[in-house]
Parts: sequence; C-alpha cells; structure tokens
Amino acid sequence: MLGLPEASANAAQADLLIGGLVAVSAAALALVFGLMLYYVIRYRHDSPVDRGKIAERTFGFEMAWTTGTLLIFFGLFIWGAVIYVQLYRPPSDTLKVYIVAKQWMWKVEHAGGQREIDTLHVPVNKPIELVMTSQDVIHDFFVPAFRLKRDVLPGQYETLWFRPDEIGTYHLFCSQLCGAGHAAMIGSVVVMSDPAYASWLAQNGASGTLAQQGQELFIRYGCSGCHGGHGTVRAPSLIGLYGSPVPLSDGSTVVADDRYIRDSILQPEQQIVASYAPMMPSFKGVIGEDDLLRLVAYIESLGAEKQP
Amino acid sequence: MSQTATVNERAAPAHERPSYLFDGVTLKSWLLTTDHKRIAVLYMISITIFFFIGGSAAALIRYNLIVPEGMIPSAETYNRLFTMHGVIMVWFFLVPSIPVTIGNFVLPLMIGARDLAFPKINLLSWYLFILGGAVALYALFVGGADTGWTFYAPYSTNYAQGNVVLLVTGIFISGFSSIATGLNFIVSIHRLRAPGMTWYRMPIFLWSLYSTSVIYVLATPVLAITLLLVAFERVFHVGVFDPRIGGDPILFQHMFWFYSHPAVYIMILPGLGVVSEVIPVFARKELFGYKFIAWSSVAIAVIGFFVWGHHMFVSGQSLYASIVFSLLSYFVAVPSAIKVFNWLGTLHKGYIRFDAPMLYALGFIGLFVMGGLTGLFLAALAADVDLHDTYFVIAHFHYIMVGGMVSAYFAALHFWWPKMSGRMYPEMIARAAALLMFVGFNLTFFPQFILGYLGMPRRYHSYPPEFQVLNVLSSAGASILAAAYLMPLVYLVWSLLYGERAPANPWNAKGLEWETPSPPFTANFAITPVVTDGRYNYPKPETSEAHG
Repeated sequence: MLGLPEASANAAQADLLIGGLVAVSAAALALVFGLMLYYVIRYRHDSPVDRGKIAERTFGFEMAWTTGTLLIFFGLFIWGAVIYVQLYRPPSDTLKVYIVAKQWMWKVEHAGGQREIDTLHVPVNKPIELVMTSQDVIHDFFVPAFRLKRDVLPGQYETLWFRPDEIGTYHLFCSQLCGAGHAAMIGSVVVMSDPAYASWLAQNGASGTLAQQGQELFIRYGCSGCHGGHGTVRAPSLIGLYGSPVPLSDGSTVVADDRYIRDSILQPEQQIVASYAPMMPSFKGVIGEDDLLRLVAYIESLGAEKQP
Repeated sequence: MSQTATVNERAAPAHERPSYLFDGVTLKSWLLTTDHKRIAVLYMISITIFFFIGGSAAALIRYNLIVPEGMIPSAETYNRLFTMHGVIMVWFFLVPSIPVTIGNFVLPLMIGARDLAFPKINLLSWYLFILGGAVALYALFVGGADTGWTFYAPYSTNYAQGNVVLLVTGIFISGFSSIATGLNFIVSIHRLRAPGMTWYRMPIFLWSLYSTSVIYVLATPVLAITLLLVAFERVFHVGVFDPRIGGDPILFQHMFWFYSHPAVYIMILPGLGVVSEVIPVFARKELFGYKFIAWSSVAIAVIGFFVWGHHMFVSGQSLYASIVFSLLSYFVAVPSAIKVFNWLGTLHKGYIRFDAPMLYALGFIGLFVMGGLTGLFLAALAADVDLHDTYFVIAHFHYIMVGGMVSAYFAALHFWWPKMSGRMYPEMIARAAALLMFVGFNLTFFPQFILGYLGMPRRYHSYPPEFQVLNVLSSAGASILAAAYLMPLVYLVWSLLYGERAPANPWNAKGLEWETPSPPFTANFAITPVVTDGRYNYPKPETSEAHG
C-alpha cells in the first residue's frame, strides 16, 4: 500500500491485516461521524422536528453494541495473532545470519565468514534467520519493506526470520532509542538473485567459515580441554548436541539452540546438564559477542555430526 | 434537585459573603489556603505554565523535522528536546490536568460538601507537585536527559548522558502529589456526599474521577519503585536492569508499563467524564445509559491494569504473554466503545446547542474515536510488529492524549469557567478556537499515521528524504495548533478583567455546583443541600416550535 514495497511473504499478510483494520475503522468512523452529524443537524435546538417518544429502556441497545463490538474485536485479535505466531515458527532450512548491534552500527556476520557493516545481503526466496544480540543498549532491527521488527537485546539472543520475495534494496532502521546516533543507525537490506548472491559471497570470501573460526577459538579459550572430541568424562560431549533436547540436573529439559549455548558459555551454573558437576567457569566478560557467535556457529556445526 | 433547609446557624446569608476569590487578598492567603477552589486555581496556573513549556519543546521538534537532515544541528539536543516534551507533558500536564484543576474545584461542589476530606493534604499535594516540577525543570534546563520519557534501561542506567537521576527524582516527588490527590478524592466521594446523593445520583464526572483516583493510588507506587531502581543502578551500579552487571532489561519494561499503561487511563478517564457531563447539558436530554457509562469507567480502570504487555510485542517477551496481552487489549477497548455509543444515544432526539464547551466535546468524540480505532491496529499482534515504535504510534497516542484529553480539558475549562472565575468569555472567539484546534490537530497528526505506515521510526533527528512532504505537512499543522492553543490563554485572561459577569447557572444546567453563586463563596453552600433527584432529568424545552 501507498508505494511501500511488500518484499516478503509476511509483508503481504500484514498489509492485508492492516487493510482489514482500515476497512473496519473507516466503517466505524462513518457510523460515528454520520450519526453525530445527522443528529446535531436534525436535532439542533431550534429545529422543529418532532422528537416523539424518547427511549426509556436502554438495556437492549447496550447489549447489542457491546456484543457487536466484542465480536468484531475478537475477530481482529485472532487475525493478528495467527500471523504473529508464524513469526515464531521458522522453517527448518533457514539460512542463518548473525547480527551484532552496537552504538551505532549493525555488524553482520555470514556463516561463510563474510562480514559487513550496516548492510545485509540475502538471497531471494530463501528463508533467512537472524540471530541478533547487542553489545550495549537495546536496539531494534526494523525493515519496513518486510513489515518486521524485533528488539535486539544486550545479554541474549533474539531471532527473527523472514522470506524475502522481491529483489531490491530496502531500508533497515534502528527503531529503539539508543542514543545520539540513533537516527544514523540506518542501513540497508539487499535482496539478491541466487547467482548474484553467490558471486557476492565469493567476492567477499573470508579466511574461513564462522564455524572454522569458532573451532580455533574453541581451542584457544580452552573449551576443548573438557568438551573436546567424544569424551564425556568431565563434561558432556558437544557432538550432535545442537537442536537436541538436553536433560538438566533439575529434572527439566531444554532444547539446545543458539540461546541455550550462549547462556551455557556465559552462565554455566544456571543450567547444569544432568549427572555433571557444576565445575565450568563462567566466560562472562572474557568472550565478546563476536567470538561468542563463532563458538555458537562451531558448536552448531558439530550438531550435524553423528553421536558416537 | 431541590434543597431543604438544614441547620447552619452561624452562616451569613449567601449574598453577603465574599467569593472565594476575594476571601483574603494577600499572597499568603493564596499560598497557605486549604480551600479546594483556590488550590484548583494554583494548580491551573502551574499546569498552564508546564503546558506551554512542553508545547515549546514540541514546536522545536516540529521545526527540526522540516528538513530531512534536521534543522537543529545536534542530534543530542534533539533527543533532549523530545525527552523534555514527553516528561513535562506526561507527568506535569496530562497526569494531573483535569483531576487537580477541574476535579479539585467541582468535586466538593458536586457532592454538596464544603471541601475535600483532607484540605491540608490537598495543599501538600500542590506543594509536592511544585517541588517535583521544579526539580524536573531544573534537571531539564541545566542539561536535560536524552532517554525519552520512557527511560528504557540499560540506556538510561548506564549509557545516557545528562541529569537522569535528578529528572527521575522530580517525577518521583510529583508521584506523591498524585497519590495524595487520589486518596483525597476517594475518601471525599465515599464520606462527604450530601444527604440523598446516592452513587447512582452522582454526576458521571465523579465516577470517572473515582476510577482515576484508584489508578493514581495503585499504579503510582510502582512507577516510584521503578524510577528509584533506575537511579540506584545508575549511581551505585547495582545490577537490576543492565545484563552486563546481572540485570534484566525486560524487567524494566514490565515495571515501567505496569504503571505507564494504567497512566494513560489516568489521563483519558477524566476527559471521558467531562464529555459525558457536557453532552447532556447542551443536548438538553438525560444521559443515555448512565449506569453503563459509570461502570465502563470502572471497567477501564480495572482491565487497564492487565494490558501493559502490549507495549512489548517486539521486545522479546514470550509469545504466549503477547497473545494474552493482545486479547486483553481488545477487551479494554470495549468500554470506550460503549461510552461513544451512549453519547450518540444522548444526542439522539435532543435539543442540541453549539456553545463552545459542546464544540470541544463533539471534537473530542471525533478525535477520540480516531485514536481508539488506531489503537486496534496496535493491539493486533502482526500489525504492531510493523507499526511499533514508528510515527503511527506517535499519531495514535496524540489523538487520544491531545486530540482527546486536551479537547476535553478545554471543554471542561469553558464549561466551568463561569463558575470558577465568575466571568463569561467571548463566545464566538471561543468557538473559533475550538474549530481551529480541530483543524490544526488533524493536519498535524494525521500525516503521522501515514509516515508510520511507511516506516519512519519515532525519535529520529534526521530521516530519509522520501518522508519530507508528510513531515512538512505535520509541522505546518503544528503551527496552526500552536496559534489555536494561544487563543484561549488570551481570551480567558481577558475575560477575567473585562468579561461579562456570569450568572450562577449560565448553561441552565442541573447539578449542585450550579446552585452556588458564580464564583462560589469559600464554604460553598450556606446550607447543606439535600438531593432528591438524579442529575440529568432535563425537561423538554417549553418552546412552541419544539413541537411544531
């Protein structure tokens, strides 16, 4: 609508919803303004029109408009919720991109090790999943052409997925006040055809994929001392971990996703794997967000390997 | 509503008593007064000053946004300006506004009482307000803060420049003033009603003030705690909200909106009450659905406490919480819709006059409905994901707060001005101002809905050039709006000196406050009134053409 591109599947759905809301609002406005104008003209004080009998009992009217309003509102609620729930259900074959926000820039890290700032290159018609965190205050990743935004919080991962379906360059805004440079924290999302994306990846080739870089860090930070290989004596093996359920010492179970792995590195005492002693030191303040996401990418890559 | 003589032996006859305005003429007699009417005047002067300070900041904001790169060179200055605008308008104008001025003045008159239950606490509440306001103004003028009025952590606690601690201290102090007023109103309505003034005979305005007071008392302490924790983390670096030191930033948002969402009902409920009061008078007809309007205020106050999470649909709160908050947000809109339908029912078959208070009230209905309907967009989860934190939100809440609440404030001011001042204002100029406000308001804020849909985020000092046309339109509207707001300041002050003397009941309205002289004398009533009838039983005008 209004010339704003609908560059993702979600955008079309959101526009339909907004269009529906505009229609409901227009009807309600027409009703209220129409009746108000009609009454104030017809029943102005010096109008001779016969008022007849004035309704004494109001209960029927009250029930009618209360029920009517409730039903329409309930419909709108369901409509909005159905689309919203999809935003939390990414398909399994997403292309993962890591975003680290800081005052006042967007740092983007692709799985192949390509890095960029304030620009995000993605292929068209492929579901993209962003894993986002902030180094300082709350930011917000907002792409109007996708009708999507999500706060980017310090201290945890937030994910956001979308499937761009129109090639082009679109605004990326930070929409959570983050300081003097807030309005300058803008960039663009470039949606490219598959061949163009492939050649962009090749031209920006890095010295190794994120997972490979993560593997080096895994050794450098000493993680491999306990978690290396298939050994499970001092610490659980990380092979095959990613995406699988993890039984915890308090009896509950969590799925090992990006957020869990990040939390386990920074706050290992919070979620102890069943039958292990809480002996891992915290790496809070030791490993920065850039290195963290490489470690997460590496541990994710171990998930593909078979358990012994 | 009739009165029967009740004993009040020592009272002099009404016509021999000085009006409250001249019952003592020294500055001391004003600054140490415990008369609710004088305190209302003190409050009115104070919030008018705050309104024009906050309005000046708004004017500078609109000036900045005329060009894409920003007319004000520094983004930091701009951030301080909108923080100043938000803080002053929310806490030092909108939250007190109608209750402390109009409410303070007419509540005891409406229930047939001499004063509020705790006159000294009433005065204390004004001093707390002034103290809090002075601290906040000092903080804003010696450097300000750039956090926005929402003080989101961890930005406010560990990153923001400026006087955040001093500013939240000012708001913290003024919170006690709200609590004192709320407490005073609740007790007065329970304990001081004249004989015969049953709950269902009370003016509908009092139902809305009562509901507002409940929110004042229950929600303000949560704000106080939240602001205290912000100051605590900022000064002592105790980890409450900042994850780097072990805090949780979402916790701040839960706590802040637990106050600040009910607070928007603090701001709008009194306005809804005023409009429910004005419409029957100028339609010469009983209020349609009195009990539904009365209980819908209570329903808004209660449900309003359970919708705060709709400010957090994109914040990272749980999916299920968001779904529940969305549903409850739709529920809270139902009582507002009920009120609108009942106002229309009141207009039906009335004898409608278009005096200035009525024009403001009719303008209120239009703008409030616009604001309410656009609220439905933001309550719809998937639409909010797009529109959240854009100019759509700015437009939505200004339609409610400025289009709605400020229109209602002017309706109340014009309606009760003759009672408060004893003078009439120039009617035609007042009507012109009402129309100009309506036009200026729509021109200012309607373009912002479109800007928001197109994706312009709020709190942007500069913006991509394609948003310029709509921003210029909005700024042009703001200049009309500014002129419209200056008009009442001029003609109301003029009326104090040169206005025609007001009769006791210029609108031929029902209600105890209209049975006192204009302006009332200090004790309000020579004899305690006894109420035998509901407020809104307007007989049909006995004009021959009415049945022609």
